[in-house]
Amino acid sequence: MTEKETISAYPKVYLYKRIVQAKLFIDANYHLNIDLDNISDEACFSKFHFIRLFKKTYGKTPHQYLTVVRIEKAAQLLHTGLNVSDVCYAVGFDSVSSFSGLFKRIVGQSPSSYLAAHQQTKTQITLTPLAFVPGCFAFQHGWTENSNFEEARL
Amino acid sequence: MIMKMTHVCVYVLNQESAYDFYTNKLGFKVKMDVPMGKDTRWLTVTPPEQPDLEITLFPVAAGNMFSEAAAQSMKELISKGSFGPGVFTCRDIYATYEELKGKGVEFVKPPTKEFYGTEALFKDDSGNWFSLAQLA
Repeated sequence: MTEKETISAYPKVYLYKRIVQAKLFIDANYHLNIDLDNISDEACFSKFHFIRLFKKTYGKTPHQYLTVVRIEKAAQLLHTGLNVSDVCYAVGFDSVSSFSGLFKRIVGQSPSSYLAAHQQTKTQITLTPLAFVPGCFAFQHGWTENSNFEEARL
Repeated sequence: MIMKMTHVCVYVLNQESAYDFYTNKLGFKVKMDVPMGKDTRWLTVTPPEQPDLEITLFPVAAGNMFSEAAAQSMKELISKGSFGPGVFTCRDIYATYEELKGKGVEFVKPPTKEFYGTEALFKDDSGNWFSLAQLA
């Protein structure tokens, strides 16, 4: 086949732009009390049409996508040392118990055990950084010669 | 018996800038970020839905791996776009294209229908080329 169909042939640019805008709106405002009706209004779609297109594009409904974004941000915030309830409110949830339940369903462990596991890994990384680097890479970069990085810290 | 690939290496010109590009623009997640000495870190990112493939963002530097001259050549080749480390797939290429373009990602080729599917080409902040393809 020699004929190429380029982007000028894709007819629904305006439609994609609106769906992408809605996704970016969620990315930027996940921590607020987002009303999904407003998003579909802004995208100039009827609510059901909007949900259907969003799901076709991203594989999740806007509400499912919002939940995943919040939980992923929560996991990042737990890395920074905030406690579970602070994280819960910071990403836009009102209830710690529903937050914990969703977190466990998506991440596979509760926020508190996730936090504990992360802190343990962090301590271990400080003690033995090289344990976390596959040998082929460490060797290539000469990191094995200075395995506990004492020199580097001094 | 080898089962799967878990780590690949992408050479970058600047880890700080690569960190920003891969997380804030491509939306990848940081898996490991461990300081290794003064100016470098063990930095790996994973595509959003592929947590078991770590892309290690390696700075090009003279040392065990490269002589001064080789490091210099590598940097030139990367920024000239001589390397195409891989293909990323997405559910909807036009939406992904619109989003990434809006975030300032440089596309070498817009989504184009080829006989094997719809594909676009973009560059990372160092100059590495990647294909963006849509899952059938």
